[in-house]
Amino acid sequence: MISFSAVAKRYPGGQQALKDVTFSLEQGEFAFIAGHSGAGKSTLLKLIPAIERPSSGAVLVNGQNVGALKRAALPYLRRNLGLVFQDQKLLYDRSVFDNVMLPLAFGELNHREAGRRARAALEKVGLLARERANPVQLSGGEQQRLAIARAVVNRPAVLIADEPTANLDAASAAEILDIFASFNQVGVTVLVASHDEALIARFAKRVLRLAKGSIEA
Amino acid sequence: MNAWLRQHRQAIVDAFGKVAAQKAAAALNALVIGIALSLPAGGYALLGSLRAATAGASLEPQLSLFMRADAKRADADALGAKLKADARLRESRFVPREQALKELQATEGLADIVAALNRNPLPDAFVLRPKSTDPAALEALARDLRGLPGVAQVLVDSAWARRLGALAGTARLAIALLAALLAFGMVAITFNTIRLQILTQRAEIEISKLIGATDAFIRRPFFYLGALQGLAGGLVALAILWGSLAALNVGVADLASSYGSDFRLGFLIPGDALAVLLFSAGLGWFGAYLSVSKYLLEIEPK
Repeated sequence: MISFSAVAKRYPGGQQALKDVTFSLEQGEFAFIAGHSGAGKSTLLKLIPAIERPSSGAVLVNGQNVGALKRAALPYLRRNLGLVFQDQKLLYDRSVFDNVMLPLAFGELNHREAGRRARAALEKVGLLARERANPVQLSGGEQQRLAIARAVVNRPAVLIADEPTANLDAASAAEILDIFASFNQVGVTVLVASHDEALIARFAKRVLRLAKGSIEA
Repeated sequence: MNAWLRQHRQAIVDAFGKVAAQKAAAALNALVIGIALSLPAGGYALLGSLRAATAGASLEPQLSLFMRADAKRADADALGAKLKADARLRESRFVPREQALKELQATEGLADIVAALNRNPLPDAFVLRPKSTDPAALEALARDLRGLPGVAQVLVDSAWARRLGALAGTARLAIALLAALLAFGMVAITFNTIRLQILTQRAEIEISKLIGATDAFIRRPFFYLGALQGLAGGLVALAILWGSLAALNVGVADLASSYGSDFRLGFLIPGDALAVLLFSAGLGWFGAYLSVSKYLLEIEPK
């Protein structure tokens, strides 16, 4: 599904975020990317939807070398990936419901079908009752769940989350991971970056440990 | 196809929504664009009126042939017969000096002056309509006529029409230049307005791109916004033009009636009015295109 082979990423200015990353993730797998802040977790995740491109090595998604994709092809790659960003990137000028509708606006669904899909996504994360609220009125955990609803509304095969439990108390964090686990159970490949070792330990899943720009054995 | 139509409809609705959200700013923009566009559109309308007024005259050149003052009526009759026979002339009309004086007397304000004259200073004359309207042929004809016995002078009356035509051509060029300059200005205005609009939606654009919106999808509502703004400007320009012509026509009617004419400044013909609207909408679209393209390039990671 997703495979990295000898991937390195050096940012302009010389900062070496990733040195030599090789791993692969099968369809339907659930894996954590663990590591300290600055270990390169975010960079690794950004390479998958080609938000960043590798300096060397290859990142394959469904057999496609995404680092070599043309600009015009990127939207179609990204529509098949559910992305939960570290800073959530919610829009505060519109309701919870309209935030979830955003990815459906450029899809194929008509408005009524899209609305049904958005409500289904909100229901899965337990936010259907708050659909008319503005995101600023939501708690931290609720905002994170909204970000997840937006990521899954297009029913992607892969769900990628960058530090989705940062700034959440332990109970809310566990809730978030339970939601990821439930998507994984219906076949979605899940990749979650986290620095929270205690939380990772509680979910007995595969762990890719990133240190000094490489995956530790 | 269905999804494509729906996205366009949504983009149009978005564009109207943005205008509605900033009514005052949108109205000011439309006004600025409208004033700028009303100048060349007005010039064009004035030229159109002028052309309509002079169309009949310039198509039918006239020659005026004046006899020498000492020529006898018999000379005139002989010349008249010769002119009748000339194949290059369609019509010749004899104006005897007595009739010319009478006409002059009938002209308001000149009766006293004519009465003060102790003899008729006017010569016999012919008014001629040539078959050809070609300037060179007219000149050749006039030269031949000047050589006939008893002829003092031959005037080609189409000269003024030619000069008017040249003047109108120059004016048209000036208006085209003005229109081109103001079109640049209009693109710049739209560019800036759309840029401001983009900046207020920076977050939405960034997120949309991250989760799979195509550039075309992001551009679309701004295209419609630009075109809509241009169209509104075009409508304002037409309104300004219509109002100005109505106001000017009050004075023009007075002036024209003193010449016994019912001449009025005409509004643009429907086709030209439509062209103004399409032109301004197109410029708005183009300004938006430049603005969004530049922004999308700026946010592209290197």
